[in-house]
Amino acid sequence: MRRTSLYDWHVAAGARLIEFGGWEMPVQYAGILDEHRAVRERAGLFDLSHMGELWVDGPEAGAALAYALVTDPPRLGVGRAHYAMITGEDGGIIDDLIVYRTGDTRFLVVPNAGNREAVTAALGERVKGFDATLDDASLATALVAVQGPRAADILAPLTDIDLGSLRYYAIARGLAAGIPALVARTGYTGEDGFELFVAWDAAPAVWDALMAAGAAAGLVPVGLGARDTLRLEAGMPLYGNDLDRATNPFEAGLGRVVKLDKPADFVGRAALERIAAEGPRRRLAGLVVRGRGIARHGYPVYYPGDDEPCGVITSGTVSPTLGVPIALAFLPPDEVEPGTILECGIRDARVAAEVVPLPFYQRPT
Amino acid sequence: MEVRDGLRYSDDHEWLRLEGDVGVIGITAYAADQLGDIVFVEMPAVGATLTLHQAFGVVESVKAVSDLYAPVGGAVVAVNEALAGRPELVNSDPYGDGWMVKLRVSDTAEVDALKDADAYRELIRAG
Repeated sequence: MRRTSLYDWHVAAGARLIEFGGWEMPVQYAGILDEHRAVRERAGLFDLSHMGELWVDGPEAGAALAYALVTDPPRLGVGRAHYAMITGEDGGIIDDLIVYRTGDTRFLVVPNAGNREAVTAALGERVKGFDATLDDASLATALVAVQGPRAADILAPLTDIDLGSLRYYAIARGLAAGIPALVARTGYTGEDGFELFVAWDAAPAVWDALMAAGAAAGLVPVGLGARDTLRLEAGMPLYGNDLDRATNPFEAGLGRVVKLDKPADFVGRAALERIAAEGPRRRLAGLVVRGRGIARHGYPVYYPGDDEPCGVITSGTVSPTLGVPIALAFLPPDEVEPGTILECGIRDARVAAEVVPLPFYQRPT
Repeated sequence: MEVRDGLRYSDDHEWLRLEGDVGVIGITAYAADQLGDIVFVEMPAVGATLTLHQAFGVVESVKAVSDLYAPVGGAVVAVNEALAGRPELVNSDPYGDGWMVKLRVSDTAEVDALKDADAYRELIRAG
């Protein structure tokens, strides 16, 4: 199992560690609920160094990515980012990604830790024939995120980047705690916040500086447990739970990400055009369980009274913010209207569950 | 993690305190800590009869679900109703307000077969 450059810090802080995507990562420090609330109310600090960082470089880097992904990266302005997916020829999702354009001919692609090798392999194949190179910098790049309503206040004194002009889904190069960094206004929590890409060995210095700068604001370290409850409240899918190779973007409710109108041919276009025309056979939807118990990944969903499941839970938790059990589920496309009442099989019991609009939680603006 | 002297312990990380012929049962501080923040506790109905090692309920944290197994057999005479609204009591006071059920013990030999505090400390030290 791999360890990040912050591993010793996590151990010293008493974190509980788990295996995740081939990495030994903190799942919690003080506790998932406390960490979750800290991010919603103040700020949290995350070690995300397990995530991948793949650079695509060259005169045809944009064109190569337009062929490789479902999005249209050449349309990104320099310093901007978007959410993207890489699919197979059948339209099945290999991974979901963030693509940052850091220069005219330079793009940073961030895959999930567990998919880094699959994405690197697929991208490597797909950039062949373009005047572009692929470089997997994952093991040389650390990623630290500060997320929450106080994130900007905490980071601002430590950086020469003007955070006020750094928009959501923008990225800028500068210094953070005196260390060269790429600072992006992106995240996976539903809050305002920043992700800082720095050299692998520089992460502890950046982390310590942020912890010190954030102490007065109530910044706490946050593990993968609260990262999961935060992203689920925000209605963001997690690869491996809600998305996988057998799922296409339209089923996942992410059809808007697929740019069928882009000029370039791209891997998966034929299949995705067909799915877009026919409509998906199932849809990812939000459920609130109107009873006791958490509807977890793999639990069945039924029409009330039916014996055969009509759907399946892909992610579930108790929402720390809302105080009720929430879940994402694949449902028949006709049953995703908010207000629809279904049943979830939670161990031996049938518990009523209501379809609700996503996201479950939206930060106050 | 606190292991309280004077209680009896099962290999499934439940504790039992004998009050006359009634056994008060909960999960240990170690078990509660391993589970993390507990958000639901499912318990049997008062009057139900449990046999030794029978699954009688479920304790659910944000990350995990865990069955509760009867450390001894007996009839359920009370369940801790407070846990329906405040499941976090299992984390904050596992040997006190976080108790789960009271059983009228059918065979005291089953109580004698449980571990004492030192033996349970040895069990969790061994992991």
